[in-house]
Parts: sequence; structure tokens; C-alpha cells
Amino acid sequence: MNLNINFNKYYKLFNIISIILVVLSILSILVKGLNYGVDFKGGTLIELRINDNQTNISTLRSAFNNMNLGDVAIKNFGNDNDFLIKFVKKEKDKNLIQNIKKDLTKIIGSVFEFRRVESVGPKVSAELLNKGLIAIAASLGAMLFYIWIRFEWQFSLGAIIALFHDVILTIGIFSLFSIEINLSIVAALLTIVGYSMNDTVVIFDRVRENLKKHLSIKIFELTNLSINETLSRTIITSATTMLALLSIFIFGGEILKGFSLAMILGVVFGTYSSIYIANPTLVYLKVSYRTVVKEEK
Amino acid sequence: MLKFSKLNILTTTLLSILVIFFTISNFTTFDDEYLNKKINLGLDLQGGSYLLLKIDNDPVVIKELQNKAISIKTFFKEQKINIYNIKVTDEKKIIFSINKKDIEKVNELLNDKDGTVNPYFDQFKSFQFDVTNQSENFNILFSKYGLIRLKTSSLDQAIEIVRRRVDEVGTNEPNILKRGNDRILVELPGLDDPMRIKNLLGKTANLSFRFVTQASEETFGSEELEFEDGSEVARVSKRIIVSGENLVDAQPRMDNQTNETVVTFDFDRLGAKRFGRATSKGVGKRLAIVLDGKVISAPVIQEAIVAGSGQISGDFTFQSATDLALLLRSGALPAPLEIIEERTVGPGLGQDSIRSGLLALIIGFVLVISFMMIKYRIFGIIANTALILNLFFLVGILTLFEATLTLPGIAGIILTVGMAVDANVLIFERIKEEVRNEKNQIIAFDAGYNKSRNAVLDANITTLIAAIILFFLGSGPIKGFAVTLGIGIFTTLFSVYFIARLLTSLYVIKNKNKEQLI
Repeated sequence: MNLNINFNKYYKLFNIISIILVVLSILSILVKGLNYGVDFKGGTLIELRINDNQTNISTLRSAFNNMNLGDVAIKNFGNDNDFLIKFVKKEKDKNLIQNIKKDLTKIIGSVFEFRRVESVGPKVSAELLNKGLIAIAASLGAMLFYIWIRFEWQFSLGAIIALFHDVILTIGIFSLFSIEINLSIVAALLTIVGYSMNDTVVIFDRVRENLKKHLSIKIFELTNLSINETLSRTIITSATTMLALLSIFIFGGEILKGFSLAMILGVVFGTYSSIYIANPTLVYLKVSYRTVVKEEK
Repeated sequence: MLKFSKLNILTTTLLSILVIFFTISNFTTFDDEYLNKKINLGLDLQGGSYLLLKIDNDPVVIKELQNKAISIKTFFKEQKINIYNIKVTDEKKIIFSINKKDIEKVNELLNDKDGTVNPYFDQFKSFQFDVTNQSENFNILFSKYGLIRLKTSSLDQAIEIVRRRVDEVGTNEPNILKRGNDRILVELPGLDDPMRIKNLLGKTANLSFRFVTQASEETFGSEELEFEDGSEVARVSKRIIVSGENLVDAQPRMDNQTNETVVTFDFDRLGAKRFGRATSKGVGKRLAIVLDGKVISAPVIQEAIVAGSGQISGDFTFQSATDLALLLRSGALPAPLEIIEERTVGPGLGQDSIRSGLLALIIGFVLVISFMMIKYRIFGIIANTALILNLFFLVGILTLFEATLTLPGIAGIILTVGMAVDANVLIFERIKEEVRNEKNQIIAFDAGYNKSRNAVLDANITTLIAAIILFFLGSGPIKGFAVTLGIGIFTTLFSVYFIARLLTSLYVIKNKNKEQLI
């Protein structure tokens, strides 16, 4: 396969689109905010399964609204019989879960089971959020450090801009569609950071090799050449990773939905940004044969 | 790159057999302890409860300061120094004042490294208390290390009590760990309703026997306490006759005469003596049995109880009597515990998660190997063989270390399947490029492996960095993801450079004269 697609022809257009998307993402994160799960917001989550056909979401809604739990959010979870109930109760109540079970039995009978209960206090949730942010910052920092010792600064800058682009867009989409952000999303974001970097680095490796091989080719054509040379790998790896992720998304159960969705978005953005963010940065910074050789005296 | 020594081949084969063996060992049982290794299932897969408890050390600090205030008082009395207005304030310090002439002496005594009133810890280079004074007014508060020492010992005590209580309930392999300097993590596999344990851990279980005083009498040495059932308020003396520390046993019983459930208890010798003396003096008085600041019951003393045993009645069900006996047997917590995080997964959900996780793994796996077969034919088979062995290595290593597998951990394995082929793809694509310029197949393959090595390493190290950070900063199930993802990188590199490369080498050397190999 000898590919020669002129990717770089459109790079300015895509750069503008990316800038707009990043700005929109940041705006959405600032204005609309993020839909934090109990991990980060504190409160209680109950996964409830109903074993009869009479009880529906509205009976549950009225049942829970009468329990004086504050603002209760109820939604279907995966299928018609499973529900996810979330609330933040201000006052402490040691027997909270037991009381809810009792009250619920009175109203709908004992046709339900609590499949999962998660209760996180305000102090712990603040800590978890803090830890999550530190983890993301630390991974970005570690990647920066790694690429800084492996490559020249122009490459580092390109890779890091691409990284931020991917992470911000993923969080932006979660914000825009109010998808819940919990601990597993942080895990996904970190993996995205790894994947995005991996994709960028493979192309950069080739760019650096080509800089030494084709002395007369300008960086604009050279990045394009490198992208083409590594394109089949990029496509195949994205494809197999995507197959694995789609399998988790479709068959892996409700709990992994958010995680796999974040990863799928990350792989798409990561692949795109290697081509249209990381490489154009090298063009903007006028990287040449000299950049690479000077450093390797 | 295509040369392999015999030793190399032998080691790879042996290692592969070993990991296949350990993978299979998850599904069978061996008598031998060393062979019988299994992956642990996380609480999210096997069901169970995760409780994070925080110890509230304020009462311990206050109590310790009150004791210290008393010993300071006696100490200065012995030294013939007058001190005034000694008390423990809400800001957790002891304040007192002295005569101006004694300032120097007092400062000296309180900062004496060999003194007993303010002990000096050589290993921390610190006193237990920091002493400051504004002329004749003194402030004494815990030093940083004094406080750490106190909190550590109170946490250690609390863990011991928590362990006893959890063990008494008899749950399956509980896991009780220290977290930081004021937290205890309790993991209870298989428990789908932690209500009872939560109740038991939520009680300090401070038991005391004290006299009920007449309302008009002294108000200074007594306090008003509510009854447990809220029916009555009693004025109870602050002086403790016997406390729970002097109990050696407590059991729930059925009282034959009244047909009531009661809790019987036995005192140790000291407790029996004190109890006997107090009850013989106090016949006709009411004796309050106080648990965590609430009166359980306050019977009238009919006769002196000298046998060193007795019983508590108070509207118990059999369950509540059993729990009270359990609490009394296991002892009082040094300070109250608060549950600050709770995660409970029922066994049904755990089962479902395992099922859907495995389904996703199998489907993801089949999709990836089919894709590789179609794309690379014979080299697809090589890559797939490496991928399958990679999975065996991953699961085998997890088994060998008896690691904990969580639902995100399964996701990590599936993701490894998807990303593991990347290294082989990088190499194969590179070989294809090399073959275009090089007639000799062996040289072309060799160059393909050599030139792709940097990219393969870079690509894997970046993912490894993310996994390591997740491992150290992630919690619970997320750690499981980091573990499988991280180990997956090593097994991937091994399977690519030892297994796939070996197979490639065998194939290429055998078919070196064919026109187009890849």
C-alpha cells in the first residue's frame, strides 16, 4: 500500500475547527458545568431492580419524593427494571438505607432489590476529586517529561497541545451531554492521555527519521509523508482498539458504559489530533533537519 | 533480530507452559498450597461491602488533656508550687496560672527532658506537649508529635476493636486496614447488607455502672441522662463504679422467670470487688447501666451482688441482646467512628458484571483476531498466537501474584487485547516498507524489527506511564484497571519480541526464497 493522501492541505481549516471546538468545550465546562457522580459530589446512589411489572419510574419518583431525601434523581439504568437513584442528603442518618428500604416496602411492596449502594461523604468526595485532578495533572506532566527527554522541544510542544486538545474535547462532550463523571471516567481520561501520546509519538518517530533521510524536503511535505507512511498502522491500531472498546461499550454492562464511551471519544480525538494538531505544530515551528541534528551532536 | 538461541526458545516455551498452567489453576483446585493460586475477585465482582471509617479523635484528646491536668495539679502540689484556675479549654489546651516568683521554676520543670510530667521523645526530638507562657499564665497543648502519637495509638486500638467486632459477627474473610492516620478501611466480601455491621461499628460501647442520684442532691457531680428508649430522664452520678473495661464476658440469655431476653455478664476480680462493695453499700438505691451516654436500665439494688456477675434487662429482642453482648465482649472503642464512605454491591450485580465483562472480552477478542487474520493472513496467525499467549501471560501473572480482579480490571484486559496488536502492526508495516527496497527477505525482516523498535517502545512506555500514575493515585476498582493495563504492557512486549518474533523467524527462514512473504 503506497498511500499519498494530502492531509496537510486542510490543516489550517482543521486547526480553526479544533480551536472552535476547544473553546466551545471550555465554555460548556464553565457555563454548564460537569455532571459529577457521587464519587466527586458526595451523596448516595442506589441501583434498584424491580421484580414486577406494575412499578414504573413515576411510582418510584413519587415514592422517593415522599421520603424527605432532598432532590432525588431517578433514571432507568440499562433496562426497564433497573433504576439508578441519586440524592444528597444533608443531615446525617446512620440508618438511611434501612429506612429507605422500609419506606419503599410500604409503598410498592417487597418486589425490589438493592443491587448496589454507594454513599460518599463530602470530605471523601472532595478528596477523590482532588486526587483525580492530581492524577490527570501528574500524567500530563509525566508525558511532558518523557517526550522532553525523548524529543526536541518543538515535538514536545506539539504532543502536549494535542494531549490537551483530546482531554478538553472529551470532557467538553461529557459536559455538553451531561454524562456523569465518576472515578472510572478519570481512569479513562488517563488512558486517553496514554493513547493520544502513543499515537503522536509513533508519527513523530517517523518525522524525525525522515528529517535525517530527506534533507531537501520541506517540513510541510515531510510531515505529510510521515503521516502517510505510518497511516496503515494508525488505521489498524485505531480499528482494533475501537473493536475492543465497542465490545465493552455494547456488551460490558451499564457500569462500564461511561468509561468505554470516554475511551472511544479519546481514541477518535487522539487519532485526529496526531495528524491535525501535533504535526501542524511542527510546521508552525519551522522544524527542519537542523532541529534534530543540532541536538544530537 | 531473527536469530534465536536454543536456550532462548526453551525459556520462552517453559514460561508459556507455566503461565498456561497458572491460568488453568483458576478453574481447578490443587492440594498443594503453592500451586493452588487464584485471582481474587474484587468486591464489585463477588459482591460485598466496602466501608471507610473515620475516627473522631477530639474526645480522646480532651480526655487525655483532662488526665494531664490532674497529674499536673498533683505534680506541682508535690513540688510545693501553687497553681490556680487549671482547666482544659475548648481549643484543646490546658491553661493555668501561678505566682510570679515561680515562673522560672515551672518553665524549667515542664521543659525537663528527663521529667515525667512532660515526657521527651528522643526519636522525634520533641516533647509530648508544647508549653508557652505569658508571664504567669501558662498554656499547654499537644506538640505535633505528641498528637500524632496519641492519634496513632487510638487508631491502633480502634482497629483492634473493629477487628474483634467484625470477627464476632463471623463474616467471610474480612479485610481491615489502616488508612492514613485517622481512617480504617473495612472490606467485607460477600456481605450484601452491611446494616448490622454498620450498627455495631457505629457504637463506641462505653459501658458504665453508676448510681442514680436524687434530683435535689448535689448537681455538680452528676448529669442528666436520657433513657435509651426515650421514656425517662435520670440524674446520674458522674462517679463510675465499674466500667466495661472490667468485663470478662457477656452473653445473651433468656431469663426463665420473666421470660425476657437479658444480657448476662461477668466481671474480672477488680470489677467484682468494686461492684460488690458498691452494691452492698447502696441497697435500695437505683443503679444506672449507662451505654454511650444513654441509660439502658436503672434497676433498684435489692441486695449486695458479690458473685461478680449480673444481668442487664431492658426490652431487648434476641438480636439486640446478642449485639449488646457482642459489643461488651469486644470492648469499647477509644473514640466514635463515623462511616464516611460506603460501597455495597449485591451478589446478583457482581454475577452480572462478571458475565457481561467476560462476554465483552470474548467478543472483543474474536473481533480483533478476525480482523488481524483478514488483514495479515499468515502473519495474522502469528500475531494472534502471540495475542492468545499474551492473555495467558496476563492472567497467569495476575494469578501468580493473587491479584484482585475488578470490573475495570476486566476492561483493562479487553483494552490490552485491542492495543496489544499495535506493536506487531508497527513491526509488520515497517517490514512491508523494508521489503519494497530490499530483495533479501531475511535482511528486510531484520531491518523491519530494528527500525520499528523505537516506535514500539515509545508507544508502550506512554501507556505504561498512565498506568503507573493511575495505580498510585487511583482507588479501589480503578487500581485493578491500572494493574491489568500495566502488566498487560509487559506481557505484550514479551509476547511480541519473544513469541511473535520467534514464529516470524521460523516462518521466514523456512520460506526465504518465496516471492512475497508479507
